[in-house]
Amino acid sequence: MTGNPHRNQARTGITRRAFTVGMGAAGIVAGTAPFNVVRGQGAVLKVGVLLPRSGVQAGIGQDCQRGVEITNGILRDIGLPPLQIMNGDTESDPQIARAQAEKLINEGAQLLVGAFDSGQTTTIAQVAEQRGIPLVINIAAAPPITEQGYKFVFRNFPTAPVILMDAFANQKEVFQSSGATPKSVVFMHVNDTFGTAMQKGIGDIFPKADMPYKIVETIAYDPKARDLSVEVAKAKATGAEALLMVSRLNDAILLTRELIKQRWSPMAVLSMGPGWYEDQYLKTLGNLSDGPLSFVPWYDPNKKLSKALVAALAKAYPDVNVATNHIYTFEALLVAADAHKRAGSTDPKALADAIRKTNITDNVSPGPGIRFNEKGQNDKLSNSAIQNRGGKHVMVAPKAAANAKAEVPMKPYDKRG
Amino acid sequence: MTGLIYGLSALGLSVIFGVVRIVNFAHGEIMVVGMFGTLVLFRQFGVDPLLAMPFIAIILFGFGYLLQDWVIRRVAHLADHMQFLLMAAVAVMLIAVCLMVFKGDAQGVRVRYALDSFAIGSLIVDKVKVYAGVAALITSGALFAFFRYTDSGKAIRACGDNYVGALVVGLNVRRMFALTFGIGCACLGAAGAIMLLLIDVHPYLGPAYTLLAFTIVIVGGMGSLPGALLGGVLIGTSEALAGIILQPSLKTAFSFGLLILVLLFRPQGLLGRASR
Repeated sequence: MTGNPHRNQARTGITRRAFTVGMGAAGIVAGTAPFNVVRGQGAVLKVGVLLPRSGVQAGIGQDCQRGVEITNGILRDIGLPPLQIMNGDTESDPQIARAQAEKLINEGAQLLVGAFDSGQTTTIAQVAEQRGIPLVINIAAAPPITEQGYKFVFRNFPTAPVILMDAFANQKEVFQSSGATPKSVVFMHVNDTFGTAMQKGIGDIFPKADMPYKIVETIAYDPKARDLSVEVAKAKATGAEALLMVSRLNDAILLTRELIKQRWSPMAVLSMGPGWYEDQYLKTLGNLSDGPLSFVPWYDPNKKLSKALVAALAKAYPDVNVATNHIYTFEALLVAADAHKRAGSTDPKALADAIRKTNITDNVSPGPGIRFNEKGQNDKLSNSAIQNRGGKHVMVAPKAAANAKAEVPMKPYDKRG
Repeated sequence: MTGLIYGLSALGLSVIFGVVRIVNFAHGEIMVVGMFGTLVLFRQFGVDPLLAMPFIAIILFGFGYLLQDWVIRRVAHLADHMQFLLMAAVAVMLIAVCLMVFKGDAQGVRVRYALDSFAIGSLIVDKVKVYAGVAALITSGALFAFFRYTDSGKAIRACGDNYVGALVVGLNVRRMFALTFGIGCACLGAAGAIMLLLIDVHPYLGPAYTLLAFTIVIVGGMGSLPGALLGGVLIGTSEALAGIILQPSLKTAFSFGLLILVLLFRPQGLLGRASR
């Protein structure tokens, strides 16, 4: 090139040096592009785990967290990619749950898991759907959550009607095997989203379930109640032989204390939700926690992954019994890791597509495995009946999986020393 | 019985407002600190919450005295909303400290008599509530006697009734205000110690009790000590009756219904003085 170099520069706006640097940079970018794809595939999936870690459900939220803590070790053992967990605290409040979901997404969460409670899960599901981030529900039973036509919401937990149908079937089996059947019950339930969904479900299903008892009174109460003496006095006054319960943890403890104070030992406590089998319930009440029957989503002890989960939890938390909170929180994260591996990407849309095609047969919960229907619901789950005994749980129904016989009537509280 | 404990806790709010004219938005949180203090004494030294009550009251008295003298006094000349914000900030800080020290778990004590009850014919009365109610009555009685019969109590009342007059006659108003805030917090400490016998404590328990105390004090009459106790008993009784006669889930709605009625027909509260 001849003539004034400055004139050439003015004409093209590019110097030879700039051109060379630009080409070099373009070459580096082009040359490493395939590695970018590889890096995208190998990137760790950021999972926002929303749980009630404080507030009235703190005990349960922290129990779910134990399921989170042991997950990456198990995933590694079965050849799934580990997850980067981002913790969010819903403070047991649906509106805070919504804000925390937004916050985790803004901070880079590519998938959400949570949130134990139906009310909190409902608000998180709305955020997940709006933002196009998959939500894998660990625990929440209110049916409407997967009836909204959401495309990014998936639930590997039975809905309230399924829990109830299985519960009534298992109750009949328990009464038959123990030889003791209550003729009347008082139905007490928390009046939150889950409790009212269960109450509605019982209203629909009970008349068709052909149960041997009648419900003589229904008592709704505030899950945040500081005092349940009036509720128990009212239930006792009906003269019912047993209690049918839909509870949370704190109220289950309060109710048990009130039963003892008011000198009432029902023939059975039949719980269709959390609370009565939780570790904190067992530890807080000691031998007074023995006896209640819980009809809940549990685990299949014969599955290979169940044994791995039991071993991992025993190693990390020797004093903690495996329970619903650990099982279904772990399985939600298992779904996330499995989808991440198959999608080969952390793109939320690709993850949602992969979750829709989930087919995990090596899992923990009872039933054929984890698969989602067109609504995002795993409708193949079944429930179990367990009883508290000596600070542990025994499975009393269904017969095929039972490892003990139900003790009904339960030992009166005043005869326990 | 529960109403008496509600009343004792509300006394703290009423005492402080009646004299210092500060609306204590950290009321519930200070009580929660008292509950945690009682929990520590029980777990570390096996001290029964009823016996721990005076210790906790003294510790919270000191806390309240210093809080008023070092912090609140310096914003007393600012607009009301600034004072509200200060107390809300204190509340948030107390929650954060409790969370750091005690974590989010609900924790409680199990005393020997925790699950006992008295049987009078077919009537069964919770032993813990009876003890707690009696303790609340004794504490309230001591507080009334202090304000009625001691020189310090009379001086505090004088400061509340006529601030300028108190200054003119040479009362050390700064000290009296700090003393009042300390006494208010001591009430909360005593109520917290008793309350721990009835419910488990966790750091987020405070706001519900702040709201409850405001309801009680407004029903009874802001600044009126007998009013606070009466308000507590009324709210406790109305909640129990609503649970029995209507639905237990309507208990809270019923107590707020009572609050609305009082605000509509007797805004100064049942035993409060109408402002002129």
